[in-house]
Amino acid sequence: MKIPKSFLGYKRENGRVGTRNHVIILPVDDISNACAEAVANNIKGTIALPHSYGRLQFGADLELHFRTMIGTGKNPNVAAVIVIGIEPKWTKRIVDAIAKTGKPVEGFSIEGVGDIDTIAKVSKKAQEFSMWASEKQREECPLSDLWISVKCGESDTTSGLASNPTVGNLMDKLEPLGVYLCFGETSELTGAETVCAKRGKTPEAQKKFMKTWSDYNDFILKEATDDLSESQPTAGNIAGGLTTIEEKAFGNFQKIGSRQFIDVLEPAEEPQKGKGLYFMDTSSAAAECVTLQAAGGFNIHLFPTGQGNIIGNPIEPVIKLTANPLTAKTMSEHIDVDVSKILSRQMNLDQAGDELIKATIKVANGRLTCAEALGHKEFVMTKLYRSA
Amino acid sequence: MGSTEVIIHDEKDNVGVVVIEKISPNQECNCWIMENDKSAKIKSISEIPLGHKIAMADMKEGDTILKYGHDIGKVVKNIKKGEHVHVHNVKTKKW
Repeated sequence: MKIPKSFLGYKRENGRVGTRNHVIILPVDDISNACAEAVANNIKGTIALPHSYGRLQFGADLELHFRTMIGTGKNPNVAAVIVIGIEPKWTKRIVDAIAKTGKPVEGFSIEGVGDIDTIAKVSKKAQEFSMWASEKQREECPLSDLWISVKCGESDTTSGLASNPTVGNLMDKLEPLGVYLCFGETSELTGAETVCAKRGKTPEAQKKFMKTWSDYNDFILKEATDDLSESQPTAGNIAGGLTTIEEKAFGNFQKIGSRQFIDVLEPAEEPQKGKGLYFMDTSSAAAECVTLQAAGGFNIHLFPTGQGNIIGNPIEPVIKLTANPLTAKTMSEHIDVDVSKILSRQMNLDQAGDELIKATIKVANGRLTCAEALGHKEFVMTKLYRSA
Repeated sequence: MGSTEVIIHDEKDNVGVVVIEKISPNQECNCWIMENDKSAKIKSISEIPLGHKIAMADMKEGDTILKYGHDIGKVVKNIKKGEHVHVHNVKTKKW
C-alpha cells in the first residue's frame, strides 16, 4: 500500500498539530471538579476533566501532578484551556506553563468567591473560548505531525499473536516517515526486560531503561503480598490463555515491531530528542498509561485488546483493534479495527498493518473512534505515594 | 493451505496457541510456525479453548516453557505432549 503523506489536522500556535479541537475545563484538584463540571454543562463544546487528586501532594508525586496537568493543557488536541483550582498559586503555575504554547488559557480560583460566582465567571470565558475554537478549520499536515502512543489491555494470547504485531507493523512502516511513537507499561515488560533493553538505540538509553524497570520491579516486590495472582496477569488475561507475566510481556513487546527506542521518558514527560520511538515509564493500568502519554503530547492512540478493554481518553482518541474473533463479535461496538482474520490466515500482518494505518489516518482526520462515540473519557492521574 | 488449529510463534517453542474456538481431545491439529512459515502436527489430549496453549512435547517439573523463542515460566507439574498448558501446570519465574 502507498502510505498517504498527509492528514487533516488543527495547526496550533506553537507548530504542533492536533487531531481534535477540544476546549477543556481542567480542575487543579478534586474539590474543584464540581465547578468544572458545572461550567462544561453550561457551555457546549467544552469538556471537564474531573479527577481525584491535587491536594497535599509533595515531592516527585506533586511534580508528576503538575506535569500531567500542564501536559494535558499543552496537548495539541486541545485548542483552549480553563484551569480552576481552590487556591490561586498552583492554578497560576499550571496556567503560566500552558500559556507558553501560545494557546488561549485562563485560570480561576474558588477560595473567597464560592462555586456559584466562579461558575458564572468561568462560564463567560468558556463560552468565548468555545466559540473561538469552533472557527478553527482542519488543514493538510504532513504525516510526521502524528504523535502515536500505544498501550494494550485485557490482553490474551491473540494480542501477542496478531493485534500487537499489527501495531508493530504500523510502527515499522511509519517510523521512517518521521512520526513520534511512544510505548510504556514498565511492569508489563517483566520477563522481557533484558530483550527490551537491547532495543535502546544508545548505551545510555539501554541503561536508563534497565534502571527504570528495576526501580518499578523493586517497588512491586516490596508491596506484593502473594504472587500478584489476578493482578498480573489479570483474571481476564488468564481466561484468555495467558499464563505468566513473562508470556504477557513478550506479547506486549510485539507492539514496537523491530524498532529501537531513542530515550526513556519520565511519566508524562514530553520527548526532547526528535522524531522516533520513546519508552515512557508508566503503570500498566490502561487509563493511567494513556493519560500520561496524552500529557506527554501524543495526539492519537492505538490500543490492541484481546478480551475487550473498553478504555477511552478525553483528549487523545483511542483506536481499538482486536485479533480475538469472539471479542470482535461480542463487543463489536468497541472495536475500530478487526484483525482476527490473521488467526485464520486469511489476512497477513502486512495487510493488517495497512488496515490499521488507514484507520489511524481516518481518525486523525476526524472520524470518531468507538470509544469517543460511546462517551469514554477516562482521565486518571498517576499517584506515586500518599499525600502529606 | 487447509485449516490451521494451532499457531506457534518460534521454531524453538514447546507450546502452541489454539486459534479456533476450541479443540477436542484426540483431535489431529495442523500447526503453523510463524517464524519460518513451516507446518507441524499435534494430537491433542485435552479439550483446549481459543487462545490457550497446547504442549508440543513431553515436559517434566522444573522444565522451561519456551514461547516467542523465550523463557515464559517453569513447569510445576509434569505435562504430556498434546496436553493443555496453563496456570495449573506452569508458574512464573519472576514474582
